[in-house]
Amino acid sequence: MMERKTVTMKTPLGRVRGLGAGRSGTQVFWHQRLTSVAGIPLTIAFIVIVIALLGRNHAAAVQILGSPLVAILMLLFILTTVYHMCLGMQEIIVDYVHDELLKYLVLMGNIFFGFAVGLSSVYAILKLSFGV
Amino acid sequence: MADTKARIERPLSPHIQVYRFMLTYVMSGFHRVTGAVLYFGIVLVAWWLMAAASGPNAYAKVQWFMGTFIGRLVLFGYTWALIHHTLGGIRHLIWDSIHGFGPNEREWLARATLAGSIGLTLIAWIAGYVVMGGAR
Repeated sequence: MMERKTVTMKTPLGRVRGLGAGRSGTQVFWHQRLTSVAGIPLTIAFIVIVIALLGRNHAAAVQILGSPLVAILMLLFILTTVYHMCLGMQEIIVDYVHDELLKYLVLMGNIFFGFAVGLSSVYAILKLSFGV
Repeated sequence: MADTKARIERPLSPHIQVYRFMLTYVMSGFHRVTGAVLYFGIVLVAWWLMAAASGPNAYAKVQWFMGTFIGRLVLFGYTWALIHHTLGGIRHLIWDSIHGFGPNEREWLARATLAGSIGLTLIAWIAGYVVMGGAR
């Protein structure tokens, strides 16, 4: 019984401090809030940018999307939103997907989707900004 | 005997069907559903940006799709989901600051979120049509 017990100098409080069941404590909660606060002004900016581009032709759209302020706001919006939505989808997945294997596959798919959609958008914005 | 016992329907974990209709729990569901919709809706944003980066032909295709009835419907749904989720998020941030938990406050917050999201979506679309009328 006793030989398996790991000897540690840490107190029980020290062992759990900042951790919890997910081994990462409240980090996900905090990041979700952080990105939600950042998302408020960035979402407003995104809607304004889209409205400003409505009905304009390709040349005008490229010029506006490639201008520094618009491009930076769009990059911030995309990065913040993709991270926020992946954390949110992760929460939905762990709530509803109970099969262990399927859960990890879907969790992986969630991250792959986030990188694919995020990197595509970032690449497009940078290309619009730097030309070629 | 075992069969008759098994057939007795005992209450298990209570879920939403046993509770009286409350706007607050519907709004909680809306927040998750709009979040999930926006998760997939960002593909449209990526498509739009990729098309702009690809050239006039690809961009024209996006503009054509967004001009169709289905496109407009998808875009309207995306706009509402985005605004609703943003306002719902603000509501959650208010709760995170340990405010707005009272019976009247949470009901008021739920109504304000819904009314706000519908109102702001309409304002955004009216602004959109005004801009389109002017810039073309």
